[in-house]
Amino acid sequence: MIILVVVTTLTAVTGLLGAVTVACSLGRTGTARTTSDFLVASRSVTPLWNASAISSEYISAAAFLGTAGLVLAYGADMLWLPIGAAAGYVVLLVLITGPLRRSGVYTLSDFAEWRLGSRSMRHGVSACVCFIGWFYLLPQFQGAGVTLRVVAGLPVWVGWAMVVVVVLGIVLSGGMRSITVVQAFQFWFKLLALAIPAVALVAIWRMHGGPDPTRPHPPEFVRPTTVTVAFHVGLHVPMDTWGRVDGVVDGRRYDGGEVLLTAGRHVVDEGSRIAFPAGAAVPHVQRIPVQCGDKWARPFGGGRDHPLFGTYSMLLGMLLGTMGLPHIVIRFYTNRCGRAARRTVPLVLVMLSLFYVFPTLYGALGRAFTPELLMTGDADATILMLPGRLIPGAAGHLFTGLVAAGAFAAFVSTSCGVVVAIAGTLSQGVPGGGVREFRLGACVAIAVPLALAGFLGTLPAAGLVTLAFTVSACSLCPLLVLGVWWRRLTAAGAGTGLAVGCACAVAAGLAQILGERPAGWWGALLAQPAIAVVPLTFAVMIVVSLLTPARVPAGVDRAMMRLHLPEELLLSRPGRRPGH
Amino acid sequence: MAEQRRVTVTGPRARGVRVPPYPRVTRDIDEQTELGACYVRSLMRAQFRLALAGCGVVALVIGLLPLVFALLPGLAAVKLFGVPLPWLVLGLGVQPLWIAAAVGHVRGAERAERDFIDLVTRS
Repeated sequence: MIILVVVTTLTAVTGLLGAVTVACSLGRTGTARTTSDFLVASRSVTPLWNASAISSEYISAAAFLGTAGLVLAYGADMLWLPIGAAAGYVVLLVLITGPLRRSGVYTLSDFAEWRLGSRSMRHGVSACVCFIGWFYLLPQFQGAGVTLRVVAGLPVWVGWAMVVVVVLGIVLSGGMRSITVVQAFQFWFKLLALAIPAVALVAIWRMHGGPDPTRPHPPEFVRPTTVTVAFHVGLHVPMDTWGRVDGVVDGRRYDGGEVLLTAGRHVVDEGSRIAFPAGAAVPHVQRIPVQCGDKWARPFGGGRDHPLFGTYSMLLGMLLGTMGLPHIVIRFYTNRCGRAARRTVPLVLVMLSLFYVFPTLYGALGRAFTPELLMTGDADATILMLPGRLIPGAAGHLFTGLVAAGAFAAFVSTSCGVVVAIAGTLSQGVPGGGVREFRLGACVAIAVPLALAGFLGTLPAAGLVTLAFTVSACSLCPLLVLGVWWRRLTAAGAGTGLAVGCACAVAAGLAQILGERPAGWWGALLAQPAIAVVPLTFAVMIVVSLLTPARVPAGVDRAMMRLHLPEELLLSRPGRRPGH
Repeated sequence: MAEQRRVTVTGPRARGVRVPPYPRVTRDIDEQTELGACYVRSLMRAQFRLALAGCGVVALVIGLLPLVFALLPGLAAVKLFGVPLPWLVLGLGVQPLWIAAAVGHVRGAERAERDFIDLVTRS
């Protein structure tokens, strides 16, 4: 069975790469020739191609696997994630897309140095870009590890190694030019990889019936299920449940005997197997709250501390964080002009809206048919488990392979985009930086999250990715918005604000990964700090800028003209085009 | 096959950021006269108004929707086609609003730019 799944996955991935190679050799040149090729594909990408590529880079492991997992675990509260994700693009469009493309520089660091006339601003922005990228890469590793563990039973580091090898292979050889084509193909592949099995699953669910996930009961096993516990965990059992235990529960060893798990907390050792009969209530790993179906289906139905505050703060982080994601922003530089960059965004929104229907669907189906994920904590595996669970025989394995290939495309495309963005930023910061420095930067970009990946445990991928959004919203967003619209911004103000915002957000993020989460308001604020830190950063930037009026850059009026005037008006000098 | 020239690939930012080419618009804007500055400021103001309107739409929806569901938990009991109402609204209903807002903004921004080009090339 595993062999069939793996073969399908490999066939799908190989076919995809083959199609891309053909497309490259037919249409465009596959290898990069100049630095401009390497970094921004010589600014010749059309809105439709670019929108596909942007959507593809955006649909990471977190969106592909993580959203469904969070919906399964937390229910309606997680429907805000896709809304925030799409709204972030609207904010990006209205505030900075056109001006940023018109600035004609390559990266966010270039923008800061050019706009504020300060070399040290470049290094500050580069540091922020690295932190954002690293937080963004963590869930990719997490997702790859979970995918291979669930599909093929391999240890998590195999998934990490696979991502490292494939991503470095693509990035080091082709740069941005070939990646645009690969990315654009991968978006449509990922969409189909989710949509085709989803249609089959919903059809089967409607025909054969199944438990309604919204009825007012705690989740139950639909059929007899044996669960193997991968880590030493504390479980919350919602009501008295019989199970046959092979392993250690609460410090006592059992060898396949019937055990009554009383309602309350129990500790299960690593590697224990518990067989539950159909209809038994599902024990929950402690991180996930026990919720009856009606509460689960209701926004703010309970289960989280301060849910309204958490939702607003998360949404603010996503709204403002999208504009600072370096791998997304660099893609707008590949458009021909500011107008094309703007026209790309509505297309991205259409594609994302189409895509995000499916993770929600999988999450709801998972609540009904794969509730044991609430016990193992591997909610990120929902999408991978469902086809095999609902569709018997070879068809189920084929669909599992298809979905796994889509997940793999998700890690690879996002990781490539982030690694290119970090490597581009780092290599441009070094005097004389060229392709060799770019490659070195790519290795640095991937090494740091690899070192942190071991600390992640079963933290949900989509939760991890919101950390990257928060750092971006708290640091780069104020810099970009004020830089584009406010003449009086100075390097001193921007630098101080950047340092304050980035430090607060990164500290909260690391506390989230490495430490225990405190209870109450402090915990809620630490988990979603955007609502407090974003206004703080804006305030610091504005106040310090007003205190240092002498440092307003001399060429600010020309810079503003450049940002806001349409290209036609700038093209009048013969023989030179903006951005070249 | 045509002979390919070998080129050295280097970073363009080796010695600081290159100053972008000097924009020559019309003499007014180019020479930074009061009139030219006034032109540019008027375009920026028009674009900024559009941007604020876009952000306003987003803020309104994102600000009110959670509040509505938090204050009226009874809405979750309403089902259409067997799906709870919040799931339909949040899963399918909001995204079209974003698409409409984005299309509207692109149109508005391009119109503002066309008007501006007309203005400066006519004068």
